[in-house]
Amino acid sequence: MMGSPAKTLRWSIPLAVFIVLVAFLWAGLGRDPHEVPSPLIGKPAPAFELALLHDASRRLAAGDLKGKVWLLNVWASWCVSCRVEHPLLLQLAKTNIVPVYGLDYKDKPEDARAWLAQHGDPYTASIIDSDGKVGIDYGVYGVPETFLIDKAGVVRYKQIGPLTIEALQQKILPLVRQLQQ
Amino acid sequence: MTGRRWVGACLFALAAVGGAAEPPSAALDARLKRLEAELRCLVCQNQTLADSNADLAGDLRREVRELALAGRTDDEIRDYLVARYGDFVLYDPPLKPTTWLLWFAPFTLLAGGGLLWWQVLSRRQRAASAAPPSDPVAEARARALLDDEPPP
Repeated sequence: MMGSPAKTLRWSIPLAVFIVLVAFLWAGLGRDPHEVPSPLIGKPAPAFELALLHDASRRLAAGDLKGKVWLLNVWASWCVSCRVEHPLLLQLAKTNIVPVYGLDYKDKPEDARAWLAQHGDPYTASIIDSDGKVGIDYGVYGVPETFLIDKAGVVRYKQIGPLTIEALQQKILPLVRQLQQ
Repeated sequence: MTGRRWVGACLFALAAVGGAAEPPSAALDARLKRLEAELRCLVCQNQTLADSNADLAGDLRREVRELALAGRTDDEIRDYLVARYGDFVLYDPPLKPTTWLLWFAPFTLLAGGGLLWWQVLSRRQRAASAAPPSDPVAEARARALLDDEPPP
């Protein structure tokens, strides 16, 4: 009788440790180590004032967009995975649910214009960040990235990597509807 | 004659300017190198900003240099990067509630393992000392059997 709790302990402790380990490793399998949570969520979107891609004489500032919910899509003509999300952006633009502004990151304007002419232009307006400074302010480290910014100019969501149908339907669009009210 | 002297004066001035400009920039370089060695490159995540050849690392090095030249302190530069990229950019993350697990889990595991080890050892010792005293008759018989002699 005296040995039985000790015996239970003898197999239950390693089993518990094993289960915890498996749980951690299992959870780790589903996570992308390249996704670094942005400290910008819940904070005001960094200010910028940049020239428009299609009309370099005009400029757009983050402050101009106060009062509406908008998406900032960081892309570049040299970015391969931007092509993956592009059809989705074009579809989104057709629905007119939320305006998408393009931040052309570290790119040549002529390359960017040619790329948009070839693949279609989903952007309400595109701005050029040729030296990547605004990208740094937004904590961009891999293109494409997409930010959802609310009426008060606060960053509410950040998609790292290409947009997906799931991310749009499950996270971004519900949040857009909620923020537009 | 005067021309040569003039050239000499120019060379001297150049050398003086070069000599005067060098020490602070060497100090700055050393400072930047130390700072960049404790900042993480976000693209190739196991490399420091100093080691990485990624495009973004180059941009961030340039940014760090500009901030340093603008007179910002190391802490201000670190805060600047943390505000944009999060604590992940630091190779030496600060101690705060979200990093408690990171900082304390190894010590907790070590302490737990040590406790378990100590418990097993003490239990074994107790079991050994609590063994019933041997029966002298049985002991003599066992010895006789081992020595291959007939029991008395």
